[in-house]
Amino acid sequence: MSAEPILEARGLSKTFRAGGAVFGKPFQAVKDVSLAVMPGETLAVVGESGCGKSTLARMLVGLETPDEGEILFRGAPIKRDRALRRQVQMVFQDPYLSLNPRRTVLDIVAEPLDVHGLAKGAARTARVEELLTAVGLDPAASSRFPHEFSGGQRQRIGIARALAAEPSVLVCDEPVSALDVSVQAQVVNLLIDLQKRLGIAIIFIAHDLAVVRAISHRVMVMYLGRAVEEGGADRVLVTPNHPYTVALRGSALEPDPARARLARGKATRGEPPNPVNPPPGCRFNPRCPRVTDECRTNEPQMKRHTDAAGLSGVACYHPVQEAEALSA
Amino acid sequence: MTKQADERPVLSVSGLDVSFSTMRGDVKAVSDVSFDLKRGEVLALVGESGSGKSVSTRAVMGIVRGNATINARRMELAGHDLLTADEEQKRKLRGRVISLVFQDALSALNPVLSIGDQLGELYRTHLNVSKKEARERSIELLRSVHLASADKRIDDYPHQFSGGMRQRILIASAIALKPEVLIADEPTTALDVTVQAQILDLLDELRDELGMAILLITHDLGVVARMAERVAVMYAGRLVETGSVDDIFRAPSHPYTAALMASAPRIETVEKLEPIKGSPPNLIAPPPGCAFNPRCTHLGELCTKVRPELIGDLPGRSRACHYPLVETAHVG
Repeated sequence: MSAEPILEARGLSKTFRAGGAVFGKPFQAVKDVSLAVMPGETLAVVGESGCGKSTLARMLVGLETPDEGEILFRGAPIKRDRALRRQVQMVFQDPYLSLNPRRTVLDIVAEPLDVHGLAKGAARTARVEELLTAVGLDPAASSRFPHEFSGGQRQRIGIARALAAEPSVLVCDEPVSALDVSVQAQVVNLLIDLQKRLGIAIIFIAHDLAVVRAISHRVMVMYLGRAVEEGGADRVLVTPNHPYTVALRGSALEPDPARARLARGKATRGEPPNPVNPPPGCRFNPRCPRVTDECRTNEPQMKRHTDAAGLSGVACYHPVQEAEALSA
Repeated sequence: MTKQADERPVLSVSGLDVSFSTMRGDVKAVSDVSFDLKRGEVLALVGESGSGKSVSTRAVMGIVRGNATINARRMELAGHDLLTADEEQKRKLRGRVISLVFQDALSALNPVLSIGDQLGELYRTHLNVSKKEARERSIELLRSVHLASADKRIDDYPHQFSGGMRQRILIASAIALKPEVLIADEPTTALDVTVQAQILDLLDELRDELGMAILLITHDLGVVARMAERVAVMYAGRLVETGSVDDIFRAPSHPYTAALMASAPRIETVEKLEPIKGSPPNLIAPPPGCAFNPRCTHLGELCTKVRPELIGDLPGRSRACHYPLVETAHVG
């Protein structure tokens, strides 16, 4: 991996209005989030619903405009530069809603080629067939319609479309959460395989820690619009420092009865609060077992340092140490 | 927790078939499914989408929609024969003896009635109590599922609650009449993991208090491992393996069960996932022989010709496979 990030986001914030653009109450979906992903690296962005991970993903591909902050591709601001935009493509969560039911697979996968004027006629068809083969589908599929495919196959079509413009970065928003376990593994392996072959960087938005563990090199955890912890997948998922990451880890159930039964009676209290009215101080403080007065008044900032796995950091006044995390 | 389970089944189903007629032919959603649910136990019915796990339990509840044909050799619920019961008798059993928690709490609750009206209606229709008493009982019920400030929120409407709270309300409505059997159909699938943990703790607590048996429908092997004592694995409308959770997770004997476990990612270890090739079969024209044969890696000559029957060899365990996996690790 080279030392220069391929895609970088600096201090991104996005505010929406709940219940109408004019009279609705503003809430910050994403607040001052920075990230960097290296070529060929997978960075997972993890968190529960409403944490801002999808909004972050949509800003990275240009589907939302950030209110503050900037997005850099190889150090250059992306803004409205179409040539740079092409380098960052998205795979959507729902393989049923994200493919136009009235278009053939050929036209769906070729759309980025058409939009960016990359191939026409026979070259266009050949490129689509090559892409379909690359994602493990029969090239003959190109004349068929989305409804003729299973969920896993549709997600392969979505991945083929995202790859059509030869991007350097793939932003995948919960790409496997709508799929059955057995099929989920096919798609995860396909992404890992494509990354090895094409050297693309992947930003993988997910809520399932086990899936994240299988695919990612580094992990960033979000809670209520803020990044609370970041680091190598091993460190963040196995020995988390932020009490919220510890709670997520403790709630994740694995197919191992002895281990899963340990979670009985240990649920973290409360639910993520309303983003319209985030609590003052650390946003996790009302649910945190380690809360002190400082947490209720001052918002902790993420202090990053570089370790063997890249950037690492935690936004917490009382981070959990390794030994405690293991016994929790 | 196994101690609570005594041997008399509170729900006993044998030879259940459910098929739907469609324009393209009959879909055999459930074929020859049999299971016993003992008092106080948690039995998990596991399978991927389209495996027939939800349809089986809806058939038991008598709430299958559409043009379904349902047949069974036996369907008994706490001493009542569901096959001969008429609609009125079944209606009385629902709620009091058996009840259901759905996955999607927002669509299962009535959006135009307050929570108090919806819960109160249960008490008024089934127990014939006064409006005032129904309201008091509803508040008490909401407290039992740990809904904060239940007395103040009783007049709120479903959209005013978070997903986790709505699921608590739905569970409250399901246990209002203290049923002996609770069918929980993907009760936490729509929830975030920290909230899922709370709901599973609540189900454990209610089961201990009320002594009810839970039939848990899920695709999530982690939830099965956390909640259930016994598990029945379904594939393409049939049971393929049954047994205790400890036995089956330690040494699955049906290749589908083993493949399903191998395809599930784990947090502690990073190994390459082993997906199951292909996708589940079309239930209008399932493959001949074992329905799993096109995806199986442990194929023998009988698999494409003869459908394997579900047979028990060890006590409490059964499987439908001609060439089951043999446990290689030494026992004990």
